[in-house]
Amino acid sequence: MSQQPLAPVLTRNWPAPRSWSLDVYQEQGGYAGLRKALGADPDQLIQLVKDSGLRGRGGAGFPTGLKWSFIPQGTQGAAAKPHYLVINADEGEPGTCKDIPLMMADPHSLIEGCVITSYAIRANFCAIYVRGEALHCIRRLRHAVEQAYAEGYLGKDILGSGFDLDIVVHAGAGAYICGEETALLDSLEGRRGQPRLKPPFPATAGLYAAPTVVNNVETIATVPAIVIGGSEWFRSMGTEKSPGPKIYSLSGHVERPGQYEAPLGVTLRQLLELAGGMKDGVPLKFWTPGGSSTPLLTAEHLDVPLDFEGAVAAGSMLGTTALMVFNETVSVPWAVMKWTEFYKHESCGKCTPCREGCYWLLQILQRMVAGEGTESDIDTMLDICDNILGRSFCALGDGAVSPITSGIKYFRQEFLDLCAVQPAVARPDQLRDLVGTQA
Amino acid sequence: MTGPTGGLNPETYEPAVAPVEQTFTPVAEEPLPGQGPFDELTGQRAKEIVARYPQPRSALLPMLHLVQSVEGYVSQAGIRFCADQLELSTAEVSAVATFYTMYKRKPGGEHLVSVCTNTLCAALGGDDIYRSLCTKLGNGAPLKHEQTAGEPGSPGSITLEHAECLAACDLAPVLQVNYEYYDRQSVESAGELVDALRQGERPPPTRGAPLTDWRTVERELAGFHDDLATSVQGSSAAEQTFAGARLAELNGWAAPEVPENVELAPVPDKDAPEKK
Repeated sequence: MSQQPLAPVLTRNWPAPRSWSLDVYQEQGGYAGLRKALGADPDQLIQLVKDSGLRGRGGAGFPTGLKWSFIPQGTQGAAAKPHYLVINADEGEPGTCKDIPLMMADPHSLIEGCVITSYAIRANFCAIYVRGEALHCIRRLRHAVEQAYAEGYLGKDILGSGFDLDIVVHAGAGAYICGEETALLDSLEGRRGQPRLKPPFPATAGLYAAPTVVNNVETIATVPAIVIGGSEWFRSMGTEKSPGPKIYSLSGHVERPGQYEAPLGVTLRQLLELAGGMKDGVPLKFWTPGGSSTPLLTAEHLDVPLDFEGAVAAGSMLGTTALMVFNETVSVPWAVMKWTEFYKHESCGKCTPCREGCYWLLQILQRMVAGEGTESDIDTMLDICDNILGRSFCALGDGAVSPITSGIKYFRQEFLDLCAVQPAVARPDQLRDLVGTQA
Repeated sequence: MTGPTGGLNPETYEPAVAPVEQTFTPVAEEPLPGQGPFDELTGQRAKEIVARYPQPRSALLPMLHLVQSVEGYVSQAGIRFCADQLELSTAEVSAVATFYTMYKRKPGGEHLVSVCTNTLCAALGGDDIYRSLCTKLGNGAPLKHEQTAGEPGSPGSITLEHAECLAACDLAPVLQVNYEYYDRQSVESAGELVDALRQGERPPPTRGAPLTDWRTVERELAGFHDDLATSVQGSSAAEQTFAGARLAELNGWAAPEVPENVELAPVPDKDAPEKK
């Protein structure tokens, strides 16, 4: 492939002073995509996004154009109800930190994407559901929305096209589960954020039981570039099944952590090279390809192509391309325990496997990290994981078992070492070696 | 039926006895409709929130933020206020208010300090930062999660909490004060920060608007910004955010050139399944 190591499309203008303001965005060609889109038939836009092969950037990688095409159109039945666009900006998956910098640095790309998408799916109301803790993003987005109204990019009869759209920037209130699309819809309706049974899918019964598209921030912010550049151009980056550029977020024990926008299919080895390598040269031990809900990988996976297919083939998932990198000083059982604390706290309580399972998994892991575990605890944990995976109401439960099962798969000995001679808690010096200095 | 413990209490291994009957007294008096500390302006704002949405109930989350901006937490009166505005029962509002972490159920400090202790931040020092702040802010005994140093609401008072991933992992370890980011912290820098807050100073965040107080910020979350044109200019510049873009510029790497005047494909045949 003759692709260059980095392909900044979304991130290209971020370093510009006041990159978040309308004048700077327009100087860089902003809202040209909207003008072009409004001159087209909405179905042309859906086809364009289908042709581009754009896949959802929120973790699941569902084809975006296909999702849009599921919205019933016409004047009968469900199609006759109002249509809605809802942006999932509830970024909270551990390790994930791409949407917040995007909304801070370039809110207008998201707003422009929202208008184009709403026009394509024939929606006249769009809500951007932003995580409450992301206050400064909320300011930037609300300011961008105000400017867009003033400029005629929002409101009634947008740019004389006859198309109307209102956007509300909605602040959440601190619940990871609201990143799950149906829990997000319940939350946006003013309820507890708990997932809904699917089907019906949001495309037919979403917000207020009306046809709704729920898309991630990065997905929709990519749309204006596709409208301008076309599907062929977009497909000239990335791989056949995972086209386009993607924001990879490197964090942890690397020299220069940060946001690196590269063609899909780049490897961790390449990204580490761009980021100056492992911090202080301490070797890599384990990493996540896309947040804590994607199974851990190790140093043997440095050359796995980080696209949707490559990550799955390596036994993990691409998720949100949140690459959390840990060096040899970090204990795997300790890290897994910390993540399990997170899932236990964020489990919404709706279904029993996840609510009870996460609670008991944490008890076992805490006991183990305290040096009071037994070998049979490992089997007990795997048994509990087996009863959560695929048996929970939503993907939170599936995500919760990922660090545990993959941690045991690659680092079983570390768990065993904690249980080697009972009670390990009687050997404080050795225990410190086993679980690291953090515990 | 007796379990494996043979009728013994499984936790204490003592014979199980019927629990003593408990009586509960309400934590707070249920206020009557129309009462509470909510003035006309707050009522006006609540109606403005409702007007933003196609259906009124969507206003509940922002309205609870508004309640917090008035009272410093969600009180029973606040629950009643929301219920009245949206024609819901107080039980329905309580169910929502107790589900979300950001709604506080007792009065907190002038500032809310949230330290990320999720795995990545913790591995880079977040746990140490949280523990050191617990000790520093404690009066004798270390402060616990969601406890307040100083009289709640008084100048310089601080509520401390450990937070789940704050989505700033490339800038770890991070903490937030009133949801403004203080990136790449250490035990020392975080200690200096809370010392300054206790003394009534407001050190600027690394990303966010100039620091105000938690109640002002809750009003912003509800959608009422005192001066958005100014606060929006608060810094967001972090070299980590630009790492890839800068490196690409330095090396002359770029996405393939965008072709000019790309035509959109014509409207596809109307034989798609959704087009009956």
